[in-house]
Amino acid sequence: MQYEIQENCLTIFLPPEVDHHSAEEIKRESDKLIKDKHIKYVIFDFGGTNFMDSSGIGVMMGRYRLLELLGGEVWAVHLSERMKKILKMSGIAKIIRIDEEDENI
Amino acid sequence: MKNTNEMEIRFDSVSVNEGFARVAVAAFLTQLNPTVEEVSDVKTAVSEAVTNAIIHGYENQVHTVRIKCIINMEEKSMELAVSDDGAGIADVAKAMEPMFTTKPELERSGMGFAFMEAFMDELSVESEEGKGTTVKMKKLIGKGRKLWTTQSL
Repeated sequence: MQYEIQENCLTIFLPPEVDHHSAEEIKRESDKLIKDKHIKYVIFDFGGTNFMDSSGIGVMMGRYRLLELLGGEVWAVHLSERMKKILKMSGIAKIIRIDEEDENI
Repeated sequence: MKNTNEMEIRFDSVSVNEGFARVAVAAFLTQLNPTVEEVSDVKTAVSEAVTNAIIHGYENQVHTVRIKCIINMEEKSMELAVSDDGAGIADVAKAMEPMFTTKPELERSGMGFAFMEAFMDELSVESEEGKGTTVKMKKLIGKGRKLWTTQSL
């Protein structure tokens, strides 16, 4: 997993396939970074992701709950149509922020 | 003419096999000439069912998960059965409710069955406590889609 930290913002570059297997690693590593580096904003970058199941939704919901307590925000960027569909279906699209910049290009 | 094709796989209930399971089923599905969307739908459904078997059925202990897959060439459909011999589900209707999870501490979203239902055409669950669970799913492939050879260019 690749991570990038700029001030209090953590970008998580998600793997090609986000399932229960990779979700465990993302949870563990990102929570440690959020705690240690005083992160308030988490960006999930889906640029390299072509598969996600409900385990991925669980990861995003978990980070959302954590950051909500800290007064932070969760963003999702570089979503493919498939990923948008998954986020909308699960209802998580209503509570996290989705970057729609690509649609204007 | 025999117009069905069957395959069965069995594998250890470890999370690394979730990827294997969905790719194996997707590879078997290619003979129905599915769209990218349909392949993704089936992969998601398989992933959900196998994850359930590993986390809830076997509670992360290593046993065997079985997937049986029947393709009907005439009907253009795929039937899937994902089985475990694990804990079983006490209340199937409750388990199938969106957002319901027995393991909130693991940050499970509770969307597994909802996803299976949304991405497949039919879903049924047979379960007995202490005996195990079988999730059966069916999907028609190429619904309302003409063969490209019959379309005018």
